[in-house]
Amino acid sequence: MDGYSLSDLFSILVMQGFSGLSLFSVLLLMALGLAIIFGQMGVINMAHGEFMTIGAYTIYMTSRFTERHFPSFMPYYFIVAILASFLIAFFVGYLLEFLLIRHLYKRPLDTLLATWGLSLILQQVFRSFFGAREVSATLPDWLMGAWKPTPDIDIPLNGLFVMAMSMLVTAMVGLFLFKSKWGLKVRATTQNRVMASAVGINTKMVDRVTFAIGCGIAGVAGACFTTIASTGPTSGSLYIVDTFLVVVFGGTASLFGTIASAFTIAQAQSILTFFLTNAMGKVVTLLTIIAILMMRPEGLLRSKVRR
Amino acid sequence: MSFFPCHQGFPAEARKFRKLLVKSVLAGMIANVLFAAQSSQAASNIAVTDKEVVVGQLHSSTGTMAISETGAIEAEQLAISQINAMGGVLGRKIRVIQEDGASDWPTFAEKAKKLLESDHVAAIFGCWTSASRKAVLPVLERDNGLLYYPTFYEGLEQSKNVVYTGQEATQQVFAGLDWVAKTKHAKTFYLIGSDYIWPRTTMKLARKYIENVLHGKIVGEEYAALGSTEFGSTINKIRLKKPDVIYAAVVGGSNVSWFKQLKAAGINGGNQTLLTLSVTEDEAKGIGGENLVGFYSAMKYFESLDTPENKKFVSQFHAKWGENAPIGDVTQAAYEGPWLWKKAVEMAGSFDTDKVVKAEESGKITFDAPEGLIYLEPNHHLKTKLRNGEW
Repeated sequence: MDGYSLSDLFSILVMQGFSGLSLFSVLLLMALGLAIIFGQMGVINMAHGEFMTIGAYTIYMTSRFTERHFPSFMPYYFIVAILASFLIAFFVGYLLEFLLIRHLYKRPLDTLLATWGLSLILQQVFRSFFGAREVSATLPDWLMGAWKPTPDIDIPLNGLFVMAMSMLVTAMVGLFLFKSKWGLKVRATTQNRVMASAVGINTKMVDRVTFAIGCGIAGVAGACFTTIASTGPTSGSLYIVDTFLVVVFGGTASLFGTIASAFTIAQAQSILTFFLTNAMGKVVTLLTIIAILMMRPEGLLRSKVRR
Repeated sequence: MSFFPCHQGFPAEARKFRKLLVKSVLAGMIANVLFAAQSSQAASNIAVTDKEVVVGQLHSSTGTMAISETGAIEAEQLAISQINAMGGVLGRKIRVIQEDGASDWPTFAEKAKKLLESDHVAAIFGCWTSASRKAVLPVLERDNGLLYYPTFYEGLEQSKNVVYTGQEATQQVFAGLDWVAKTKHAKTFYLIGSDYIWPRTTMKLARKYIENVLHGKIVGEEYAALGSTEFGSTINKIRLKKPDVIYAAVVGGSNVSWFKQLKAAGINGGNQTLLTLSVTEDEAKGIGGENLVGFYSAMKYFESLDTPENKKFVSQFHAKWGENAPIGDVTQAAYEGPWLWKKAVEMAGSFDTDKVVKAEESGKITFDAPEGLIYLEPNHHLKTKLRNGEW
């Protein structure tokens, strides 16, 4: 590293550290919804990416609407739009669970196929409704640009925002699962479905709400990602592989496993990409994950579930 | 005619012992040979009456590529409707049969076969990705069809059955690099692209040109997996190397992430020269204009070109497809296809493929396109200008 001053290297170190953390929060936000659904009912939701796209398009629609009717509200619309994307994705998830998913609970392979088909259908719906071209929402100014603690260090504001949202959503999911009455029912159903239903928990309702909440969180994730990535009919499919990676590596049915897994993968990928190339970084990360999964087939953190 | 040696003479008893798979492959080959013989007779059998002539349009209106191919579909239909309003080609109105390649390369080949063999189209306007063109190529050559291909691409190809109305890599790369080296006094370059054939080939050419002709230095070369959405570490590397120019060919959804994250990392047109090969007005719409300000695109056409021909074209395009429809480089190149075909047919005085190809190769076909005067060279590519546009 000749020709670089110490302060140069220090600022790169800080920014590189931030880039790892920011990737961590992206992965975590992507995976949370899927982890909840998978952990609770063993449904592998291949349409997870499309629920993220629903969130992204909600941001776009709200931004268009605000621009046209309440231009003075533009700096704040984003917050409202995120809530809206949760609600819309929640509602769509609730409906789909009722119409499709609940009929397939006993057949995990069929849910895989059905949700994959669902993802193709949703993609074509987006395409017919919004057009094939990518769109971009007008983002408020406070989300653009970089924060400069020193002249050499630029911390991306949108990265900070995604990070904050990721922490907030994780905290809320944690509170919901471990402190609320509903969370208690969810955990009971996860641990022993038959017993839970014997003590009077409506497990069908629990399933439906959990599925919808997972979808809602995917919607929030998609909404946040409009600040760092694209909004188009197939945008969601860009995330699906990484999402599965995080959930499977973390160990299913475990919130902390998902967090630990997102952190490990993000740091590995970010550091390797810096020293190798983008593509090689990904290859080495994947190989390492495969090796670890061979030794620990249940993922990083094993959940104590009686089956 | 056909690449396959004639297998009809195979003794029947030898065939008996072969596995089913081998047998069916052989059967396929024989069918191919027979088929080629048939279709060369059918070559003059183009669907043309005294009143109309049929052409095909083969793009993806569904699937991942629909995002890029929509503009080309619209432009070709505009050109064809204008030609029809002028009385058509050789006194015949053009009727279009539109097929959907569905972003799937085998589907492209299948639909091309359908257009040529059951619709007997006189020409096909279509394809966008190199992969789809490569899939269609054997069908075109076997059935002796005509394809007008609109995309800028990696080059290293020349088929008698294809007219390439987009630029090939050397056209797009050399002039652009010359310009940036001269006006920005650039010495060091950082190359970044998506990981597939077009960026890889383009960057190979760029590297040779930068090192051997411009005597510059390449401080980094990197390819991101298609669909990759995370550029944080790459951007930090670029920061560390401090190149005079970032030379970029990132595509698709990644392209949006790349520019949004550059902007967020404080790298913008004000403090960094960036020349990209993959941002037309179509992509800019998805990336968001504010993320591109001050960066440069190397293209042969921009919607904002200030010439009377272009202004007319832009207003006609918007009148047909809506005020908000962006017109990118490929869209304009697709618009040129039907016009060049019309000129070639009129020069040949016939719709017969061989005669039209002969006219195309005469070197005498020119067209006053929105981008300016273009020449169809005997090598099936266009002589055009390269422009570096600032966003």
